[in-house]
Amino acid sequence: MAVNASFTGRTYPAIAPYAVGREKIREFAEAVGATDVVHTDQAQARARGYRDVIAPPTFAVLIAQQCDQQLIVDPEAGIDFSRVVHAEQRFVHHRPITAGDEIVGVLTVDSVREVGGHAMVTTSSQLSTTEGEPVCTATSTLVIRGGE
Amino acid sequence: MSNEVLSISDVKVGQELPARTIHISRADLVQYTGASLDRNRIHWDEHFARSVGLPDVIAHGMFTMGSAINVVSDWVGDAGRVVEYSTRFTKPVVVPYETGADVEVTAVVKAVDVQTGRATVELTAMCGTDKVLGRALAVVILG
Repeated sequence: MAVNASFTGRTYPAIAPYAVGREKIREFAEAVGATDVVHTDQAQARARGYRDVIAPPTFAVLIAQQCDQQLIVDPEAGIDFSRVVHAEQRFVHHRPITAGDEIVGVLTVDSVREVGGHAMVTTSSQLSTTEGEPVCTATSTLVIRGGE
Repeated sequence: MSNEVLSISDVKVGQELPARTIHISRADLVQYTGASLDRNRIHWDEHFARSVGLPDVIAHGMFTMGSAINVVSDWVGDAGRVVEYSTRFTKPVVVPYETGADVEVTAVVKAVDVQTGRATVELTAMCGTDKVLGRALAVVILG
C-alpha cells in the first residue's frame, strides 16, 4: 500500500500557533463569495454577540491543512503528494473562529485503509486556542491513488 | 441581537432554500489559491493539469464547498450559526479558460430538532449533469 498502515492512531505535536487576522478573514470571505457582514464589519459582528469579525465556516481548512502537512511530508508515511486527492471534508465548530484567536492544531491519523488499490487516509485536526478552548474539529479523508 | 437570525418556528422539514448558481472563472480560482494557500497547480495551470491526466484546470474542492455554504449562511442570517458542515468530493469541477463553469446549488431542510434548536440541511451541487458534492450536510443553530 502507498501509505504506511502502522500510522493509524499516530498523533503529531501541535503546530505553531496560527494568528487569525481580520484581513485574512476578509480575504478568504471574498474568495468564497461570502457576503455576510459578520466577516468584515466589527460593529455588526459585536452587535451579534461576537468578540470581533468571525471566519466563514470553511476557513478552518487553512489551519487544518497545516496539520495535515505534517503527515504528508513525513518520509516514514510514504505519501506521494502528487497522487493525493481530497475525498471528504468535515468541520464541527465548537464556536466560530474569531479575529484575534491564536489557534493551535493537533493532528491524529484516524485510519489508513486500502480501497481498490488506492490508500484512504482519514485524519482529524483538533483546533483550539492557545488557552485550551476547543474551537473546531476538522476531519479530512485523502485518497492516495495507487500506481498504474 | 438575533432578530435577523431565522427562527425555528419558520423552518419545516422539506423546505427548500433559495437556490443559487455559482459561476467559476479562472480568476476566481487564482483568488482562492491566494486566500487559501492551496497552491496546487492543477487549480490554475492548464498545462500542468493536462500533464497529470486531467481534462483541464479543476476547481479546488474546498472552493466549491466554501462557496456552496453561502446558500445556508445567507438563509439562516448569520454565518456563525453554521456549526457543522461536511461533504464528499464526488466529481471535479472542470473550469475551461473561455467559459468557466457553473455550479447550481440547491438545499433542502432534512431535519429540525426543537430540543436543540438545530436544523440539518442537505446541499446539492451540480455542474452540468455531474453531482460535484456528495452527502453534503450542514447543521445550523436557529434563532
